Amino acid sequence: MLKDITLGQYFPGDTVAHRLDPRTKLILVFLYIVALFQASGWAGYALVLAATVACMAVSHISPRSIFKGLKPMLFIIALTALLNIFYTTGRPIVPGWIITWEGIERAVKMMLRITLLIAGTFLLTYTTSPMELTDGLELLMNPLKKLRVPVHEMTIMMSMALRFIPTLIEETDKIMSAQKARGADFETGNLLQRARALLPILVPLFVSAFRRADELAVAMESRCYHGGEGRTRMKQLSMERRDAIAFACGLLLLAAVIVLKHWRL
Amino acid sequence: MSVLTVEELCHTYSAHTPFEKVAVEGVSLTIPAGQFVGLLGHTGSGKSTFIQHLNALLQPTSGRVLLDGEDIHKDKASRRDVKRKVGLVFQYPEYQLFEETVFADIAFGPKNMGIAKEEIDERVREAAGFVGVDESLFARSPLELSGGQKRRVAIAGVIAMRPGVLILDEPTAGLDPAGCRQIMDNICRYREQSGATVIIVSHNMDDAARLTERLIVFDHGHVAMDGTPEEVFSRPKELINIGLAVPQATSVAMALRERGMALPEAIYTHRQLLEAVKRAKGVGTC
Repeated sequence: MLKDITLGQYFPGDTVAHRLDPRTKLILVFLYIVALFQASGWAGYALVLAATVACMAVSHISPRSIFKGLKPMLFIIALTALLNIFYTTGRPIVPGWIITWEGIERAVKMMLRITLLIAGTFLLTYTTSPMELTDGLELLMNPLKKLRVPVHEMTIMMSMALRFIPTLIEETDKIMSAQKARGADFETGNLLQRARALLPILVPLFVSAFRRADELAVAMESRCYHGGEGRTRMKQLSMERRDAIAFACGLLLLAAVIVLKHWRL
Repeated sequence: MSVLTVEELCHTYSAHTPFEKVAVEGVSLTIPAGQFVGLLGHTGSGKSTFIQHLNALLQPTSGRVLLDGEDIHKDKASRRDVKRKVGLVFQYPEYQLFEETVFADIAFGPKNMGIAKEEIDERVREAAGFVGVDESLFARSPLELSGGQKRRVAIAGVIAMRPGVLILDEPTAGLDPAGCRQIMDNICRYREQSGATVIIVSHNMDDAARLTERLIVFDHGHVAMDGTPEEVFSRPKELINIGLAVPQATSVAMALRERGMALPEAIYTHRQLLEAVKRAKGVGTC
């Protein structure tokens, strides 16, 4: 079913990771990514891996849900690994072979890097609701307003888009059932026929998406929405002691990885 | 004509996940050909899930659905065939209109059945006639019609497949009283002229009481009551306990009975109420 896809899905919870300020989490993810790309030796990778596992433990996110999210990326990960195995020069495993020890090492590291990269960003979306996420983004990008970047408009569009993904999925399901009941066939035929078979879904979906957008705009205006100027928020974000601790941990991780790189570990 | 038999039907959504939800559990019933059936039940009682099994849109978790003795979920061909024999009109069907013209939209179902062009033409005209869509609208875009007209075009789109069983999920939801009456009249006319079985999901107790021959009440995925409107509405307290309304006449009769008037059980139309009150008061019927 369409409903089963996870797309930056949020798992409600009440752990320290859930309670952290979204701004902290966004910056931490940034630090994490920088650290991940600074890691070069096995010790560095081990450290980042340990940090990821620790975060998963703190936020009660099971490795299974992370792997479930990784599934669509498996192809890219596998392809990267294969290319690295075959296109790295060095000492061959067996004399005369194209596969080298260096190639294997690099492939494993690349796989680790991509996996950890995705796992880290999943930890963010799994523990932060879309609303918090866009709020945090807006506040972080606030300085850009001086450069006339429409930060508020961008973030509200983002949160609305996120909000309507489940609605549209449900709608698609419903329209598909209705057209199937009228004998529409989405599963057989060649590529062109299948593409044409989508028309009875896409047209009603677009019509209803526009209708929804229209209704939403009227509803917002009738509640006096007029952009970000002078707008206050129901949930004020505030930095706590735990945010300071989290920052310290993030910086520590980055520093440690850089030191390890310096020592070539 | 088509006899529908449902045997021990169960359906569980998202089985084996934290979101698991049993929607229909152990439903068994037979609907003889040509019967006019009303399905009652509050939101989430499983009636929408149930009707989607009757034309194989949903696969039962366990149990069988038989149409004229044949298992409709037997194989791919039977699942496709049953969609021609059992027409399902979803709630707010106007949201599924997509073709450029009214004619093409009504013809979508028959076209998918692989019917010859001349016959499609005949069927579209016939279906449009049943629901009172004038042929002058055929060339218009279905998206620019009024709400009630759109609804009728959408229902015509299913009727054009000439289903032996016609199922409608709340066909009058969101329409004005005149529109509701027209739609119900259209459905009754289709049933009379084609002899089809009609199953209608409704929240309108007065329609259910007035038009149907049999009422099936769903509650928490089970069949809570099954019988003629007379049988079902003679147990108004149970209906209210389930969270459903009763016809206007029934609730007036209940109130009068509480005030001491001796009225018979099973009053569900205004005429019955009037006669019963006259008899109780000793006024001659005229």
